[in-house]
Amino acid sequence: MFGIETLSGNAQAAALIGIVLVEAIVLHVGYSGLTRITAPTVKRVLRT
Amino acid sequence: MEILGVGLTMIALFVGFGLLIGILFGFFGMGGSFLVTPALLVMGYPSRVAVGSGLAFVFGTSVIATIKHRNLGQVDYKLGVSMIIGTTLGIEVGKEIVLHLEELGMAGGIISVTYVLLLGGIGAFVTYEALKGNGGDDGGIDHDVGEDADVDADDIPDIAKRIQSYRVPPMLTLRGGVQVSLWTVLAVAFVTGLLSGFLGVGGGFIRMPALFYLIGVPVPVAVGTDLFEIVFSGGIGSFLYAQSGGVDLSIVAPLLAGSALGAQIGSAATSIVDEEGIKIYFGLMLLGGAVAVAFRQIGESFGIPVLNTVSFVLIIGAALLVSGAVVYSSVAAVRREEAGRTGAGAD
Repeated sequence: MFGIETLSGNAQAAALIGIVLVEAIVLHVGYSGLTRITAPTVKRVLRT
Repeated sequence: MEILGVGLTMIALFVGFGLLIGILFGFFGMGGSFLVTPALLVMGYPSRVAVGSGLAFVFGTSVIATIKHRNLGQVDYKLGVSMIIGTTLGIEVGKEIVLHLEELGMAGGIISVTYVLLLGGIGAFVTYEALKGNGGDDGGIDHDVGEDADVDADDIPDIAKRIQSYRVPPMLTLRGGVQVSLWTVLAVAFVTGLLSGFLGVGGGFIRMPALFYLIGVPVPVAVGTDLFEIVFSGGIGSFLYAQSGGVDLSIVAPLLAGSALGAQIGSAATSIVDEEGIKIYFGLMLLGGAVAVAFRQIGESFGIPVLNTVSFVLIIGAALLVSGAVVYSSVAAVRREEAGRTGAGAD
């Protein structure tokens, strides 16, 4: 997966953790942006 | 249709489960490994993959939740770094005890019984405290704890006040103005690390109540600092498991996709919801987790597969109940605020 199978044990482990870290940061940035855009609408809906 | 070798139904299940866990993690700063790993075990994944992938998921989620809590000023780095030192030592000693017990052939049984007793004990204590309404004006603790905000003495549990009275230098000044001896912090971190290493879990469900009840750290700072520490313990733990192929990205990626959204909701809820109203659900979730682990252990020991299913339903049910309570309370708080504003406007 993602071509990391060819790496040695330690490098593969580090790559896996790196992928999880990058995914987490990308998701955080993406969802934060989404939250900022949708927050006013969501608040308006919740208050009615 | 398959993505990363996993069917769409499984991906949807993982994303949904991740969403629930993310809300809990974002709000309470715990609830990752003790919910995810048993669920993966019940789904038939090998122990190595269940524990390794659970840890990798906890690592990713704690990164996101820590960033959120940092932005809210709820991470005490001084406390976090001190805790990491004590916890690391504790984990090492805990692992040594496990290896010794393994040589004696007693590890499995003792660990399971300790896990159930500890999880159940903390759950019962938190539930009792919540029912008693302990701490603060009608029991609530201010969620808006900034760097310069002082904590009301009534909000600090009695046992924490007694521990804070032992003024052995050097003293640490924590967020909220709490002063505590570095040695106390290291001792609490060592004991929680010992239990964490002994039980093989992230330890948030031990450390978070310990930070609040034993050191007197305000709940939001306890949550944020606990998450900061889990970034390190989860990262190192998942790296060690990944070395032996214990981390499966087809499990971690969808779980993380759901939990990242949930963590946004959970972290935001800490600034809206009165924690005291939710604390009872936190306690009940821990009790549910203890019962689920006990059922799984009994099912495995006596060969009763139906108890595994009951355990799985309990885990999902507990996660659904408590994350639902967090979301419901947040919506109710927003509506109350709006009603108050409208009322004030009318006056």
